[in-house]
Amino acid sequence: MELKTKIQAEDGKQEIFIIREFDLPVELLFKAYTEPEIFEQWMSTKVLKMENRSHGGYQFQTSNSQGDVVFSANGTIHEFVPGHKITRTFQMENTPFPVQIEFLEFEKLTDSTSKITIHTVYKSVDFRDQMLKLPFAQGINMAHNRLQEIFKGI
Amino acid sequence: MNLRRDVFQAIADPTRRSILMLVAAQSMTAGAIASNFDTARPTVSKHLQILTECELLRSEQNGREIIYHLNPNKMKEIADFIEPFRQMWDERFNKLESVMKAIQNMSNK
Repeated sequence: MELKTKIQAEDGKQEIFIIREFDLPVELLFKAYTEPEIFEQWMSTKVLKMENRSHGGYQFQTSNSQGDVVFSANGTIHEFVPGHKITRTFQMENTPFPVQIEFLEFEKLTDSTSKITIHTVYKSVDFRDQMLKLPFAQGINMAHNRLQEIFKGI
Repeated sequence: MNLRRDVFQAIADPTRRSILMLVAAQSMTAGAIASNFDTARPTVSKHLQILTECELLRSEQNGREIIYHLNPNKMKEIADFIEPFRQMWDERFNKLESVMKAIQNMSNK
């Protein structure tokens, strides 16, 4: 099946664009990003803090089956325009990666379809490339997700 | 041998992607990796072997244990590393869409 997600990353640039169209009204797409309980479901991470406002902060954390934290990240929300835009910083904790800035734009296409564009700017071209090489570190993993589901069922 | 194709084949399997994610977060022993999966230990070993053969993982003998490290340098060309990154986001967004569809259907009832 063809992937619906597009990535624009030019050689030698310190930025990338992630673009995706959804079969969802823009309100629901925005909700997926701003309601912690929903965000946790599709990002497979735990939301420790999510302050959806300008100058607010957020914090995510994922633990493995032994309870060790394997991923944690935080950032500051610089701009929050409901249904349209979130501008925020993102930093993975306990890694050599410096902070990056993310511009999230939510667009209505029709009443029932929408589009997200995530423009991420890194400190340098090298850091961008290294970050892209770790597609697996950034997201947390399906195995953990599955375990969490099992634990929830107990 | 077409090394690039091998890398893509290695990444195409969801269990192997999960293994790469685990090891990307921290180097781990084979036992610790296997403990994250329901799959039988020999199956996980087979996945580890494939990932090591195409050099996405590097193994290091430490006493009786083998420790696995991620070898990010394997993916040198931007086109090589964009594709797994794109797959990761595509899966994530597919999940978002299905979660929201379920919520949408519930509220329509």
